[in-house]
Amino acid sequence: MVKHVSLPLTAEDVKSLKAGDEVLLSGVLYTARDAAHQRLCKLIDEGRELPFDIKGALIYYVGPTPAQPGRPVGSAGPTTSSRMDGFAPKLIACGLRGMLGKGGRSQEVIEAMKQYGCVYFAAIGGAGALMAKAVKSAEIIAWEDLGCEALRRMEVENLQAYVAIDAEGNSLYR
Amino acid sequence: MSMRIIPREVIVEKVADLCFKAAVDLPDDVYRAIKRAGEREESPIGKSILVNLVKNADIARQERVPICQDTGVAVYFVEIGTSVDMSQWDIYEVLEEATTLGYTRGYLRLSVARDPLEDRSNSKTNGPPVVHLKLVPGDKLKITLAPKGGGSENMSALAMLKPLAGKEGVINFVIDTVRKAGGNPCPPCIIGLGLGGNFEMAPFLAKKALLREVGERHPNPYYAQFETEILEKVNASGIGPGGLGGSTTALDVHIETYPCHIASLPAAVNLNCHAARHASIEI
Repeated sequence: MVKHVSLPLTAEDVKSLKAGDEVLLSGVLYTARDAAHQRLCKLIDEGRELPFDIKGALIYYVGPTPAQPGRPVGSAGPTTSSRMDGFAPKLIACGLRGMLGKGGRSQEVIEAMKQYGCVYFAAIGGAGALMAKAVKSAEIIAWEDLGCEALRRMEVENLQAYVAIDAEGNSLYR
Repeated sequence: MSMRIIPREVIVEKVADLCFKAAVDLPDDVYRAIKRAGEREESPIGKSILVNLVKNADIARQERVPICQDTGVAVYFVEIGTSVDMSQWDIYEVLEEATTLGYTRGYLRLSVARDPLEDRSNSKTNGPPVVHLKLVPGDKLKITLAPKGGGSENMSALAMLKPLAGKEGVINFVIDTVRKAGGNPCPPCIIGLGLGGNFEMAPFLAKKALLREVGERHPNPYYAQFETEILEKVNASGIGPGGLGGSTTALDVHIETYPCHIASLPAAVNLNCHAARHASIEI
């Protein structure tokens, strides 16, 4: 059975999602990769405001292709999540409730997910054309200099994903 | 003997088109292999992913959008006939110009950093590409482009095995590499295995092996059987599509070999994601 999940996530959403659930995500999410994560953590360390409200937010690890004319975004599948492992616990401690990417996560990330309540969703790696169909709008909200790696606000409707690691630490990866 | 002149702009235009075609049209052999795997996969999530990958390839082909947002580093395998007049242009410059034109015109992602360490800023041209040249008899220019994503390239590995490690040592190395890779290289993968040569040649053999059609076996029955044996063992690992569990971890295993030093058994595994893109032209 497919679960419909609205973004941003509530604490109840996080609790109800279990590893193995197939989900369709709808609502607003934010996109960031390596460099944007480094900058987000630097802002937190300096006690400064983030470019978006991180409480309940979901970050999608993606660097889309440029949008063809008349489209909100180009191809938009996930990148390897483990590159963000060093930064994720700090963001989770600040209220991040969802992450969307591909591949396994470190034990440190899983511990933070359990402690603060956060879910890790796996998107379908390499299915960028399919996932772009679910993107209704995309706008750069910070760090345009990073090109495809800029921080974006994305509105999605029925974005296909799977709960890969739940907030109790259950994982589909072996 | 007269040399054949191929105008520079002809190569640039054709190769730029090739960049776009490779990004949006999944090769038929790969498409069929994913579809077949989806019919056989028993894990519900694994099946769901494989079915969605077929859908993804259909959308990319019909709507002319990239199969994957990581349109990769452009890797060219070039065969230049010795009767082609090579004083007309510098093939490296021509391919770099064509790559930039193809990637910018086609709205493909620019994914090359200027420098590995000192300056990681985007080159904004997707250049320079990686070029492998081979001289062959004749007056033709054959160019194969295999754009390569970072996710699968990052999980590839080289081992200098002991000769007596034999088949078992090779299998253990491949399985270990696939296990460590998990869901990162976007399984189901195509596994290129380069055996022999030396330290720099084994990875080249592994990359070259990725160009072979899915389902096509090595011409030597010994290696053909070995490919099948490794494929079965990899698929018994349970890693599955996306690393989320299942019996489809690889679509195929391709081996390329070369003689080597009596003291060496170089083995290189180059993983390719299921979006195993490549396209060729002959001019």
